Amino acid sequence: MKKTNLIPSNRRARITILIMLFGLLALFLFSFVLGRYDVPVSDVVRILLSRIFPIKPTWEKNMEIAVLNIRLPRILLACLVGCCLSVSGASYQSVFQNPMAAPDILGASSGACFGAALAILWGQPKVGVTAFAFVFSLLTVVLVYLIGSRTRGNPVIGILLAGIMISSLFSAGTSYIKLVADPSSQLPEITYWLMGSLSGARMGDVGFALIPMLLGLAPLLALRWRLNVLTLGEEEAGAIGVNTKLLRLVTVLCATLLTAASVSVSGMIGWVGLVIPHLCRKLVGNNCKYLIPASMVFGAIFLLLVDNISRNLLATEIPIGILTAFVGAPFFLYLMMRKERAL
Amino acid sequence: MRLAVENLSFSYGAAEVLHDISFFLEAGEFVSVLGPNGVGKSTLFRCILGSLPDYEGIITVDGRDVRALSRRERAKAVAYIPQIHRPTFGYSVLDTVLMGLSRQVRAFSQPKKEHIALAEDALRRVGAEHLKERDFSRLSGGEQQLVLIARAIAQQSHILVMDEPTSSLDYGNQFRILDLIRKLADEGYGVLLSTHDPQHALRYADTLLALHEGRIAAHGVPADLLDAALIRRLYGVEAELVPSSAGPVIVPKRAGK
Repeated sequence: MKKTNLIPSNRRARITILIMLFGLLALFLFSFVLGRYDVPVSDVVRILLSRIFPIKPTWEKNMEIAVLNIRLPRILLACLVGCCLSVSGASYQSVFQNPMAAPDILGASSGACFGAALAILWGQPKVGVTAFAFVFSLLTVVLVYLIGSRTRGNPVIGILLAGIMISSLFSAGTSYIKLVADPSSQLPEITYWLMGSLSGARMGDVGFALIPMLLGLAPLLALRWRLNVLTLGEEEAGAIGVNTKLLRLVTVLCATLLTAASVSVSGMIGWVGLVIPHLCRKLVGNNCKYLIPASMVFGAIFLLLVDNISRNLLATEIPIGILTAFVGAPFFLYLMMRKERAL
Repeated sequence: MRLAVENLSFSYGAAEVLHDISFFLEAGEFVSVLGPNGVGKSTLFRCILGSLPDYEGIITVDGRDVRALSRRERAKAVAYIPQIHRPTFGYSVLDTVLMGLSRQVRAFSQPKKEHIALAEDALRRVGAEHLKERDFSRLSGGEQQLVLIARAIAQQSHILVMDEPTSSLDYGNQFRILDLIRKLADEGYGVLLSTHDPQHALRYADTLLALHEGRIAAHGVPADLLDAALIRRLYGVEAELVPSSAGPVIVPKRAGK
């Protein structure tokens, strides 16, 4: 094969996505086995199926509690958050024609952090913290979009600059809240939230995040081929007959919904939205027809894997946000420095 | 298919860029727009393509005001072939050409077999079928320009607007691309093309549209209009036209000689 031909073929892309799906299923089942309380994989399968089919319980009650009440919500949440952050990053990269774009580029994360910190400062329960994070995340991006689209010149650059500015404003706000928070109770809680974690995930969190996540994922999946045209830039895409303004707005809205829903239940988890789409670009190419589904599956695999490490590596749990950076940053550097070759 | 520009004027704020421009373009006609940098060639194109709607005057395609057309209808009427530039993300050549079919592919669906056939047909027409699987971002400038022309053909509009398609090509590719564009005009496309090189207009175009300070300096048959006086006026260069077996050749004079 000639060096100039590096685009994975469509057939190759389809096979890669299929392999990823099987990998995800295997990892999904294996993740239930991990943990301090031993549950064999055969029991895992039967316990899970017993929710749908009438299977006589041959397992201990404790196994069922561990699998259904403790591990299932956490595993589901890891998959959902990984999937959403990764798709959101891939979409932002197309909209802003920028390979360095990530889910927090328009301030969705810094808005969520501010909201969560504020809720903790005001003594809200966990549900309140999640709701505050979600609302502030959306508010921030709406603010960024309104300001950015009113600037003169290139609208894409206007929105990016507004994103950086509003982000730093909210970060400053978060810092101020940390300063005035009660250092014995509130401050550690805020700090821990900011580091990102899936520990203590309950089915309620899954339910809370699921609807906005589906609302964000469905349009992106349906429009994914059209996202390709956005990478051509305003003028060319417009001349091809695409309503760039509407398409960009819909994409940003969906990607923001995904980020807000993810960050509000998991805290700040960086790197997934940047690293996973890039890895998928190497594996299936830049065509969003394959890139978006591949990012979904691979994002879920990645975060589930990292969360398994986070809850099992040490006796005390390591916040997943720290681990994604430990894994993500060196991996990204490796991708950058590696000589290009056919995969 | 007929593109008509009537009394077009455009200003960026207080600065008037185009003043009272009128011309038309018929099917099968090759119109070459000449003029120094910053004279408003790109602005003229952007008005026609609908990205600068705040102009005075009227632009019509087959009698319909382009401002009244939807994006889809406009894309059906006029295709734009940009100067080559390095894309942010590399796509295969076939995927690049398929993007030109965005008008035909329904909003929430993917390109079907018939769309792929159209894209392959467009590649065949420009003689770039063998590049189908290659990475667009790694092609040579000439090959990239071929693919962008194929993308415009796949768009199935009959007016092609090209902003200096030869500006970043090497000497041989400039003529290969212009030969192809001439062939497309002979097949019935209306071509509106801006170029830096008056020789290109002289050799390939049916009609010359020379712009100077935002106004039309000359409009008509290139061989009748392109002379030393026009070149001096447009570019501030002394030149003479030397006859050759393939028509006159523009020879600029070197400074101090």
